[in-house]
Amino acid sequence: MAVTPPVQRIWWKEPIERVELVWTALAFLWGLAMFSTMIVWHVVGKQNLANEAYRISPQTFIARADAFAEKYKVREEANTGVPVVRPPAGADIYLLGRLWEWWPVLELEKGRTYRLHLSSIDWQHGFSLLPVNINIQVHPGYEHVITITPDQLGQFGIVCNEYCGIGHHQMTGKIYVVEPKPQ
Amino acid sequence: MTSIDIAAGRAQAGREAKFRTCPFTGLKVDLAAQRLIVANAVAAVIFLAVGGLFGLLVALTRWPAVHLLPAEWFYLVLTGHGANVLLFWIIFFEIAVLYFASAILLNSRLATPRLGWLAFGLMVVGAAMANVAVLQGDSTVMFTSYPPMKAAPHFYLGLILFAVGALLAVGIFFATLVIAKDERTYEGSVPLVTFGAITAAIIAVYTIASGAVILIPTFLWSIGIVGNIDPLMYKVVWWGMGHSSQQINVSTHVALWYAIAALTVGAVPLSEKVSRTAFLLYILFLQLASAHHLLVEPGISSEWKVFNTSYAMYLAVLGSMIHGLTVPGSIEAAQRRNGFTKGAFEWLRKAPWGNPAFAGMFLSLVMFGFIGGISGVVLGTEQINILMHNTLYVPGHFHGTVVAGTTLAFMAATYLILPLVFQREVAFPKLAKVQPYLFGIGAAGIALFMMGAGTLGVPRRHWDITLTDASIPYEFAAGAFLMMGLNGLFAILAALGGIIYIVVVVASVLWGKRVDPARPAWQFPVTSAAAANVAKYGSHATVKLPGTIILVGVFFVAFMLYYYVNWKYLSAVWPLR
Ligand code: HEM
Ligand SMILES: [Cu+2]
Ligand SMILES: [Cu+2]
Repeated sequence: MAVTPPVQRIWWKEPIERVELVWTALAFLWGLAMFSTMIVWHVVGKQNLANEAYRISPQTFIARADAFAEKYKVREEANTGVPVVRPPAGADIYLLGRLWEWWPVLELEKGRTYRLHLSSIDWQHGFSLLPVNINIQVHPGYEHVITITPDQLGQFGIVCNEYCGIGHHQMTGKIYVVEPKPQ
Repeated sequence: MTSIDIAAGRAQAGREAKFRTCPFTGLKVDLAAQRLIVANAVAAVIFLAVGGLFGLLVALTRWPAVHLLPAEWFYLVLTGHGANVLLFWIIFFEIAVLYFASAILLNSRLATPRLGWLAFGLMVVGAAMANVAVLQGDSTVMFTSYPPMKAAPHFYLGLILFAVGALLAVGIFFATLVIAKDERTYEGSVPLVTFGAITAAIIAVYTIASGAVILIPTFLWSIGIVGNIDPLMYKVVWWGMGHSSQQINVSTHVALWYAIAALTVGAVPLSEKVSRTAFLLYILFLQLASAHHLLVEPGISSEWKVFNTSYAMYLAVLGSMIHGLTVPGSIEAAQRRNGFTKGAFEWLRKAPWGNPAFAGMFLSLVMFGFIGGISGVVLGTEQINILMHNTLYVPGHFHGTVVAGTTLAFMAATYLILPLVFQREVAFPKLAKVQPYLFGIGAAGIALFMMGAGTLGVPRRHWDITLTDASIPYEFAAGAFLMMGLNGLFAILAALGGIIYIVVVVASVLWGKRVDPARPAWQFPVTSAAAANVAKYGSHATVKLPGTIILVGVFFVAFMLYYYVNWKYLSAVWPLR
């Protein structure tokens, strides 16, 4: 019994049940299958999060994001004063997380590829793109560079899903995806 | 000198222990150990009561139609919920289990009960201090306390004191094992349940060490001695504690599954070798699986993530999958020996479902596997994690593991601890009978509906998904609101189950009838003749286990389907690299 010492003192020489052997083998193979799937996805899959990241000071990141927004600003988001920024296809684009907003609003072209630079300038935040449901952790001091290709038209929300203080539930942002200009 | 003389001499050199003999199991029970088990179990239940109440408040606030608490209170109470249930309830109870699995199951005296009381004191003071810090309102940092967000110094100090106390208790557990071996209080190898407890204790040492490595500098940072804590480094080490501590929970509740199966239906492990190896896999492989908390962080390579989530995690998952067969398998074998041999499932239909220890244990087994287990592996897959990271899917998953699994198993075990250790009849037996069902269904509901909300993008730790105060609006799908409402309803069920549990425990401890060994209200097959029969049953001369094979077959198919469905979901999101 499990609450008493093993009946057979030499328990490690007991035979193993066949059903246990088969199940263990099956479970092991399943583990291998799951392991292989991740690796295969790195080759054939289109959603593999970038490993490209740099250390960066908040000041530097703010400066770059500001310059970026100023250069490509096309209008302001209604009632907010937040710039809507439309960079050319293929550009380096910046999204900055801070208490409590995702800044600036981006306007991207469908099917084009961009290098998205993500960082926080204060606490940790959680980039959550909705309703696509892409969720990425954002750290202060680290700049994460993600090559991203929006493939749906429309307006997409960004919320924060890492608790970042009392205004956490006010922290939002937005991405517009529009028809591409003929190149 | 004979060995008996040596043992007696040692005992004198140590401490003159007073024993009673358990009328049900024939075990010698060290009264000092018994008192410590009682104290730790009672403390556990108190923190569960506090933390569970907080959980209900959180769920009611996240129910958009109710939206109970204001924002500051919501985040404060959520911090308190995590700390009280995940740390204090679970760990106090685990210490009680460690003392039980060492001193009591091995017929031994407990090493240094005095230090045991010191450990207990430190844990109580630490837990109280952390609670005070949280309630004062300047430590609303969630129990993960990610920097650069900063809590009051006594928040970290409380956690550190609690950890030191727990480490001391783990040390007493190991010392007791040494004493039992020296004094030859048992024959052969330690029982499987004790083996499982040893697994838990070894992981606990590693866990608490990681905790010290990260919490001590963070404490120093909070009082201004250390200048800066790197947020990414913090997370890597913090989850060395945070994840491994979940492995303590799994080892402990699996050990309790075996113990309850033995005590309620007289189950014997199919083979000791397989079950023990499965426990060993936990020690060998789960530590590094803290990586699966870091799958969408910047600056960590894919190779590291794949290696740590697969090599480390899947081999530990293998351990759980083995237990997932051997626990029901041993129950089926015992029940068939008890005469329930018709068809594939008579053994299960005629199982003692009216005994809350058995019912809670079996529900915990099924829900841990199907809800917590499968969702955990999917969530921990390198690329798939991006679909759910930090959404409500995550709390959904771990309410499947740590609530429907661990907490329910601990509750089930309580119904055996009350008569065996507290020597009290279970009060309100009719209520106790429904308790595991209420709590189990409630827990399954909150787990599933939070997971559902998460797949719709609902963030975790979030006060208001209508986003009313945000300058840029976003509207969640109607389904998300529905999920949150259902989550609230099932939270009420779970809370009801929790309240009944607490009422039953408190009433039994304070006013319960003393157990009359001649006429106990609950039967323990350990003592019956049938059990003697079963006890000889081992891996040799086996009956077939068709029911268990069907159960694990269903599990396996569900697992594969759900896993690959999520790859399909992933393939539909924006390409990124
Ligand atoms: C009455 C029973 C319970 C209810 C209704 C409940 C409900 C909830 C809800 C709604 C959340 C919030 C999710 C969010 O907003 O992010 C939560 C978080 C959590 N719960 Fe529970 N829970 C219960 C019991 C438990 C138990 C017994 C445990 C542990 C053993 C537990 C562990 C946690 C943890 C660790 C968190 C995460 C806190 C955080 O994000 O910092 N819960 N719970
Ligand atoms: Cu944020
Ligand atoms: Cu936030």
